[in-house]
Amino acid sequence: MADKDDKRPDHDDQGKGRARGVEIHDARAPSRRNFLKSVGATSLAAATAPAWARVGYVNHDEQEPQDKRADEGEAPAKGTQRITLNVNGQAHTLDVTPNMVLLDVLRHQLALTGTKKGCDIGQCGACTVHVNGVSINSCLSLAVMHDGDEVTTVEGLGQNGKLHPIQQAFLDHDAYQCGYCTPGQMMSAVAILNDAEVASDDAAVREAMSGNICRCGAYKNILSAIQTARKNV
Amino acid sequence: MRHFDYSRADSVDQAVATYAQSDAASFLAGGTNLLDMVKIDIMRPELMVDIHRLGLNNIETLDDGRLRVGALVTNTALARDATVKADYTVLSEALLSGASTQLRNKATTGGNMMQRVRCPYFRDGVSDCNKRDPGSGCSAIGGYNRSVHAVLGTSDQCIATYPSDMSVAMAAIGATVSVTGPDGSREIDFLDFHLLPGDKPWEEFALKDNELITHVTLDAPIQGAKSAYLKLRDRSSYQFALASSAVIVSLDGNTIRDARIAMGGVATKPWRAKQAEDALKGQPATEQTFARAAQIAMQDAKGYKHNAFKIPLGQQAIIRNLTTLTA
Repeated sequence: MADKDDKRPDHDDQGKGRARGVEIHDARAPSRRNFLKSVGATSLAAATAPAWARVGYVNHDEQEPQDKRADEGEAPAKGTQRITLNVNGQAHTLDVTPNMVLLDVLRHQLALTGTKKGCDIGQCGACTVHVNGVSINSCLSLAVMHDGDEVTTVEGLGQNGKLHPIQQAFLDHDAYQCGYCTPGQMMSAVAILNDAEVASDDAAVREAMSGNICRCGAYKNILSAIQTARKNV
Repeated sequence: MRHFDYSRADSVDQAVATYAQSDAASFLAGGTNLLDMVKIDIMRPELMVDIHRLGLNNIETLDDGRLRVGALVTNTALARDATVKADYTVLSEALLSGASTQLRNKATTGGNMMQRVRCPYFRDGVSDCNKRDPGSGCSAIGGYNRSVHAVLGTSDQCIATYPSDMSVAMAAIGATVSVTGPDGSREIDFLDFHLLPGDKPWEEFALKDNELITHVTLDAPIQGAKSAYLKLRDRSSYQFALASSAVIVSLDGNTIRDARIAMGGVATKPWRAKQAEDALKGQPATEQTFARAAQIAMQDAKGYKHNAFKIPLGQQAIIRNLTTLTA
């Protein structure tokens, strides 16, 4: 955690005029993201078969069970443990090795790639998710420790096809540049807005958000987005 | 991350027994420091004993006025506890000055005490470092030693600062650590829990083999006292201290009745400055008194090539904290 770069002030005029597109994720549509996922999964399975590929598979249909062995009633593979994760309101039975972190299980086994891997050692906040309503770094938490827990990822923020107020506010305030830290920023922001113990002034919000690093320096617009969303949450 | 076996414990005794079966086991609570170090391959446990569901999550006031804190109380929960905020303000402030929201939500009281040093030569996995590779030497002494290196409690074998803010506040408050091992339970004075580096920097805690921290019990609060944690650092949030002070002070009129001072960011363990406290007691609450106490607190300090600035900075951390508290 030591010796990270200073947070730089944002430049007000950056990003103006940039196309403001929002991708409403439809798991069945042949989107660019799903195309890349399926190509990646196929070539990986054919080539090196990493550890995660042996115990899970990428499933594009979020209505189906996510783990083949559990689905087919088989015992967990050697070296794995069977857990239940409740992610965005849906229960998943998964077989995981002890060294799999929650972040990797979300991304690789559940194909919920909205949660990002940044530093992977708890310094940047890109992997922030809610577990039982509390924000944590999913890179620093073993999946096996979360058996039975309720997990919310950025994919679970919007409801019934509508953006969550924080998502709308990030869009309205242009609260990102490259966008890689954005899911983590939004998960922290929602947790803060739901937390009566975090004061509503700018200084308190900045302090509470300090675990989310934005290398593009969009902090000013992120703060504006959070303070605007406050009125709608 | 390397592979390891995993076992979830349902009781303290089971956790200790399981841990004792392996030569390379780690207790896993919040995991925010442990998993970080496993990922960078500094710690290599073969067995993780998951203790996070042992139920040591309570904070309770004892009949004698002390506050008993379960080892698994999160940093967020401890900082927000009504009794802690009112009677141990310095502890609440210290906790909230450390790490980030997400890390505090997960990190536990016992785990925070067991934090390893943030010296880059310890973490890089290749430099000579007596904590990581006993007997290899200390790269920090002749290397870059500005931010996470100490001026108090150092040795020729290690100069890394102890990183926890929480523990600095606990050192000022006074506390007792309860541990359970294969032979039963015992108590350790908080000030004896963290070891000076001395000739064996790799020995960091006063735990015997297979012992697990179960509680930390804070001394009863000093009646009528005020307390605060002042942390000076390169960045105003999410950064380790260059120098910090945990101060508790009570006054009779303008005369200092009682005082406690502990320091962080400048020392190799949570650093209680008892001689400085003695220099405050019975004296008028003036800047002159504070400056003398601050001078005494740092009188044995030894600066290295890049961190000698911490000696006056540490003094300022004491003076400013006392000035604000007694204003």
